[in-house]
Amino acid sequence: MPTPLFYIFAIIMLAGGIGVVALKNPVASALSMIVSFIGLAALFVGLNAYFVGILQVLVYTGAVMVLFLFIIMLLDLKKEESKTLKMPTLAAGIIIPLLLVLQLFAVFQTSELGDFAPINKESLIAAEAQLPTSIAADSQIRKELKQGSLPDVNLIGQKLFTEYNFPLQVIGILLLVATIGCVSLSKKLKYKA
Amino acid sequence: MATASLTEYLFMSGILFSIGLAGVIIRRNIIVIFMCLELMLAAASLTLVAFSRENMVAGLPDYNGQMLVFFVITVAAAEVAVGLAIIVALYRARQTVNTEDLTSLQG
Repeated sequence: MPTPLFYIFAIIMLAGGIGVVALKNPVASALSMIVSFIGLAALFVGLNAYFVGILQVLVYTGAVMVLFLFIIMLLDLKKEESKTLKMPTLAAGIIIPLLLVLQLFAVFQTSELGDFAPINKESLIAAEAQLPTSIAADSQIRKELKQGSLPDVNLIGQKLFTEYNFPLQVIGILLLVATIGCVSLSKKLKYKA
Repeated sequence: MATASLTEYLFMSGILFSIGLAGVIIRRNIIVIFMCLELMLAAASLTLVAFSRENMVAGLPDYNGQMLVFFVITVAAAEVAVGLAIIVALYRARQTVNTEDLTSLQG
């Protein structure tokens, strides 16, 4: 991703994050979180992770944040947070993350991580020749790589349903358990007198 | 045109994580604390995707990292559903979501 574009989206992301922490109204916090996640999704796209970027927008900003907004409006939280903050809490909340950032800054001063190798038409055509033979010759992955475009979703699908087949099924069970948990938690408890 | 380096991506991810951490420490509303936890998870995903782009395997990004992001997003969605159900149950029992008023587990 070109540097100016990277900084625009990074600033959108960080401004949204600061909005979540600084804004008093929970609805405003949730909306600035959506802004933050859209900036983050743009950074994902800049890293050639198109599928993850789309997933970020669909799952986080589309489903999770709507759920948050729904609960905030259901509970009617406008009158909360009227109390003044205690000084030690505020000091700890600023100093501990600041120490973390300073530490990161010190580490990145001395580390040499280098630049990203470019992904372009030539490198993708070269990558097609190195694909494992288990991927069929007439598959979409080979077809798109030969044309010089990155078949991001196809490659992730290939990996998900071969190497990561068992974790995928485990995560299916997890979602089922979470659904059952939600239903049983939100059921009204009947106390025996 | 110059492209952003891995260090810049990691630094932005670290700053986003710190903002989430600051929110968890400062805020008193339990729903906002929960949102800040999500922010920290998302920051970790940015690190994973950046390293997946850096470590090329046979000319393509290392998709193992993006698989992990996929699973993190799925688990986070399940976590949000259960967590919000717990918060609603808590609100029903106590009529508050302020962490300063929720002290019954304090010794």
